[in-house]
Amino acid sequence: MNRNVFSAALAAAGLALMSAPAFAQEQAVSLDEKVNQIFASSTGWFVNLIFSNFPGTTFPWIVAWLVIGATVFTLYFGFIQFRAVGHSIALVKGDYSDPNDAGEVSHFQALATALSGTVGLGNIAGVAVAVSIGGPGATFWMILAGLMGMASKFTECTLGVKYRNEYPDGRVSGGPMYYLTKGFAERGLPGGRILAVMFSIFCILGALGGGNMFQANQAHQQISGIVGAYPGWITGVIFAGVVFAVIVGGLKSIAKVTEKVVPFMGILYVGTALIIIAMNADQIGWAFGQIFEGAFTGLGVAGGMVGALIQGFKRAAFSNEAGVGSAAIAHSAVRTKEPITEGFVSLLEPFIDTVVVCTMTALVIIITGQLVAGPDGTYLLNEAGTAVQTIGGTSGVGLTSAAFGSAISWFPYVLAIAVVLFAFSTMISWSYYGLKAWTYLFGEGETKELVFKVIFCIFVVIGAAANLGPVIDFSDAAIFAMAVVNIIGLYFLMPIVKRELSSYMSRLKSGEIKKFT
Amino acid sequence: MSGKFVVGYDGSVSARRALEFAVDRARAQGGTIVLTHVLEWSPYSFLTPQELEERHARRKEEMTRAEKAIMTTVKAELDEAGIPNEVAIRYGNTAEILGRVAKEHNAVQIVIGRDGQSALGARVFGSVAGALVQTAPVPCTIVP
Repeated sequence: MNRNVFSAALAAAGLALMSAPAFAQEQAVSLDEKVNQIFASSTGWFVNLIFSNFPGTTFPWIVAWLVIGATVFTLYFGFIQFRAVGHSIALVKGDYSDPNDAGEVSHFQALATALSGTVGLGNIAGVAVAVSIGGPGATFWMILAGLMGMASKFTECTLGVKYRNEYPDGRVSGGPMYYLTKGFAERGLPGGRILAVMFSIFCILGALGGGNMFQANQAHQQISGIVGAYPGWITGVIFAGVVFAVIVGGLKSIAKVTEKVVPFMGILYVGTALIIIAMNADQIGWAFGQIFEGAFTGLGVAGGMVGALIQGFKRAAFSNEAGVGSAAIAHSAVRTKEPITEGFVSLLEPFIDTVVVCTMTALVIIITGQLVAGPDGTYLLNEAGTAVQTIGGTSGVGLTSAAFGSAISWFPYVLAIAVVLFAFSTMISWSYYGLKAWTYLFGEGETKELVFKVIFCIFVVIGAAANLGPVIDFSDAAIFAMAVVNIIGLYFLMPIVKRELSSYMSRLKSGEIKKFT
Repeated sequence: MSGKFVVGYDGSVSARRALEFAVDRARAQGGTIVLTHVLEWSPYSFLTPQELEERHARRKEEMTRAEKAIMTTVKAELDEAGIPNEVAIRYGNTAEILGRVAKEHNAVQIVIGRDGQSALGARVFGSVAGALVQTAPVPCTIVP
């Protein structure tokens, strides 16, 4: 059975790699279109299911699901995201780390790795999508969702560490599939295993969607925006080749370089955004005015206030992945005796990702006046009436690029490099998340793991060739489907986290847990 | 009075010279050698998720390898020569760890070698000797 899957996957890979160039020489564009068609028609039903509205409204149930989840965790843990920030920072700095554990995975490293999986195109392209569809007001809801999401992240990452696996050979890994199984068993609840299997299936789809195709797609759009249009499969094949070299060939050097350059790129991105905002300092008040006003009136945007809210929440969730469960996989390898400490550390992640980085993108787009407003101050819609008109008719990463470019003409080139690196590091992270879900379902083994890695590389090519529409929809759908299962699990397991929290807090207060040095 | 001599040892020729220097002093005073090997490590470096998963296993491997290398060579020699000794293998910043080990053992001196790094190289990458001179809690001998 497995061998069949494997040979089929290899054959498909070979076909995609070999036939594409020959085929494309004659009909490059039509190949792209063909991929699009197949893609849109085969994933449409799944997208529709996830994004269906409450009957009689235009409000997707999935957005409500995430918001309710984040609110419940925020209230249940007594606004932990605001109470614990100081302690979180002390933990990241290593104040509470045992010096004898030097050489093990530190809190900082777990956070940095999780961040390099989340800070990516969601922050650059996703925010642009939110602002162009939902108007400036989407930013307000995005920030709010980011703040609330900190509590979701806190819950899932604590559980990720608590129920991780420590293998006899010294490897440490965990994630929702393990806390769903073990946590439910510990509480004597049925159904943990079913949830874990469902989560794993959605995680594999999410890894192929948002963690892969969306990234490849946006990277291609950014590159072709600079060097001129060319078929997407070319970018796809190159990306797939590099990803293949890293995850299959074990070429650590490429991954190492990316991991070192990505944080630098993130700082450069935020720094540049701050400079552009400072250049337009007189507009800051106006921009925040637009954000607040738009949040509650919509300012004439498609869908009005609800449209702004939906876009803000959607993009925040897609960017910081709070409640999705993916970060729990990255955080679970940390060296600590107290699982709750990683929860504290992980709640910084949505803050950095959404409240800081995403807001920068949104502010730059708004401040540089990319959105076209009519004489009465409300925004004009594009011809289709689906989004706000932008100056160059751009959307997604193109809009962000135009916004930065309007202030600093050469920045789109830097942004292109940043986008490619962000896309790449996110792909590497998600290939790992997907792989962990895959091995949960099918067991560990070199051949089984290779099958997944090959499939992952094929999807890079598909992602780069597909239109943004079907790709972004499928990415969203797969990632949100993970959140459905994960948050159900979190509701049942949150008393365990609460127990850990109160025990830890009382020991912290009594001085039993104290700083080293 | 018998004191402890913390010796920074990384297997290099200069570390060897430092050790010999310390052994002479220890023998004269009836002191103890604390052989210290530091595996350069920063908790603020960046790793991939795969590396995170394998970190604990890697660390064990690295420790065993370092222990084996030092135990079978230098420690065996010291034992044979009848010099009382202890071994400390730690992760972290070399200068910082040497200082910490010296404090923990109540050492009288830290002895390290130096490679004669160029001034530019030291400026860019920092030098252990330079950092140690600034931060060492006890007198420090740098053997050229």
